[in-house]
Order: sequence, then structure tokens, then C-alpha cells
Amino acid sequence: MLTGKIALVTGAGRGIGAEIARTFAREGAAVIINYNGSKERAEKVAAEIIAAGGKAETYQCNVADDAACKEMIDTCIKSYGRIDILVNNAGITRDDLLMRMSEEDFDAVMDTNLKGTFHTIRHMSRYFLKQKSGKIINMSSVSGILGNAGQANYSASKAGVIGLTKSVARELASRRINVNAIAPGFIATDMTDAMTEEAKEKIAESIPFKRIGQPEEIAEMALFLASDKSDYITGQVFAVDGGMTI
Amino acid sequence: MLENLKTIIAEQLNVNEDEIKEESNFKDDLGADSLDLFELVMSLEEEYGIEIPSDDLEKIATVNDVIEYLKAKGVEA
Repeated sequence: MLTGKIALVTGAGRGIGAEIARTFAREGAAVIINYNGSKERAEKVAAEIIAAGGKAETYQCNVADDAACKEMIDTCIKSYGRIDILVNNAGITRDDLLMRMSEEDFDAVMDTNLKGTFHTIRHMSRYFLKQKSGKIINMSSVSGILGNAGQANYSASKAGVIGLTKSVARELASRRINVNAIAPGFIATDMTDAMTEEAKEKIAESIPFKRIGQPEEIAEMALFLASDKSDYITGQVFAVDGGMTI
Repeated sequence: MLENLKTIIAEQLNVNEDEIKEESNFKDDLGADSLDLFELVMSLEEEYGIEIPSDDLEKIATVNDVIEYLKAKGVEA
């Protein structure tokens, strides 16, 4: 579905991002696996893809750093000639109740999740404009739609991603650039593994499908939005959440 | 007008070079939208090695505005 395409996936060293990288590579895309701290894991994902006959390389960059994002994108364009797909997946959590949440924790989450997405889109859009094509997929969250106690910073950043997605989709629509968001529900990753089994069971019980989702289930939606099957879709938010947001 | 500038405008806005006059208004006469103007500015920055801040975009409505702007920046056009 993505033969010959070039994809940049941020935060692809682990979790949902790593799964998106593997899925895109499986479908024939050359994947740039961006990571910030997870060097070894990112390299492992790249090695797995290459061993399976796919194309991948890693690139370290903190998406919260605007200048670093520009350098990453300029470098990738120089070496590949173009980029077709940008997945803004890099994200962090710093959960705490609002009353106890420090300004630093609020800013850190906003800087990576929301501003990081803004940075990469801004620098990528000048190339997408020239190409008159491009697929941008932003990772939101059900937390950004429903809110979540203990995640004021995270849900604000993920709701922000939805607004950003819709505005940019309108701005770039005339150049045939698709901008969409995915709002994953409760997905089994490191981010959620930190919880106790009991807490996870309780959450699963509250989901209409009565189970936690798998990263593959998000990656398949990302694949659809990255492919030409979604050419007529822009500015939308797709909840892949087992029914949490019904 | 610098032929070079005409070529850039023609290519960026997908119009014939004959249609481009000094008094041509980008939006009204040459059918450019705001993204077209943004792309044109990017091309000018690349071609002439200058930086055009977003605030200055308001000053550019016609081809002559570009010529004057480039002159003010020390570019012979």
C-alpha cells in the first residue's frame, strides 16, 4: 500500500510509533524512525525492519526543539529527495492531579505533544506545498476528547492536537495535503504498562469491547490514513478505542 | 523588470510570462491565493538569498511591490 513512499515517524522507538514504523515498512515504505531518548530500542526496530527486507534508519531529535526539527526534516529531504508521510506520534505523560501539577510538568507535556507536532508540520509543510502532496497523521488521544482525571496537561495537549489538525487541514487542503488525527483509546504500551493489573482490568471493564487495544490496531488506521485510500479525507479525528468515546 | 523574476512568478503561479506586468496584482490579476504568495516568497528567498519576514508579506500585492521590495533589500531587479 505504500510502495516507494518515504515516511517520517516521530517517537518510533517504542509503543505505537514503533508499530506504525513496522507496519509502514511492511507495506513498502522507507521509514525514518525518529527517537529522543530510546536510542537502543529505535535501532532495534530499524534492525528488525531491515532484517525483514524493509528500509529503515533512525534519527535522534527532540521534537520539542524547533531548530532540531528543522534540521531533521531538511536532512531527510536532502538524503531521500522527498517525504510523503509525516506521523506525529512522539508524546510524553507527566500525570498528576491538577492541584499538584507543577508548571514544569504542564509545559513539558505541551512542548513535546503539541508544540512538537506544530514544529514538524511547520517545517514539513514547505516541502509538502512544493510537492503538492503529503499525508500528515497526528496522534491525539481519547484523553483529549473525554478528558481524564490526573491528565490535565496531557489531555489539554491532545485536545490541542485536534484543533491544530483541523486548522492545518483547512490551510493545506488546496494543495492536496491530507491532515488527520488518530485518537487511540487504552492501548497496551510502556505508557500503560506502568499500571497495576488490577487497575488495567478495571479500565478494560469500562471499555465497551471489554479489552485493552493493541498497538497494531492503531497502526492499521495510520496505514489507511497514509495510503491513497484516504485521499478524500482531511481534518478528521479517528477514535480507535474499543468504543470508549461512544 | 528582471526576466529572472518573471520566470519565477510564471512558474510559481502557473501563468504565462506575457501576462505578468509590473502593475499586475498577484491576487486579482494573476489568480494567486495566500499559499501561492507564500510559495512565491519562499522561491524569492531561495533565488536571491534574502529573508522576507511574514510581516513584510502585507506590503507585497503587485509585481512592482516585489521589485521595490527587492531593491530596498539591495537586490537589483
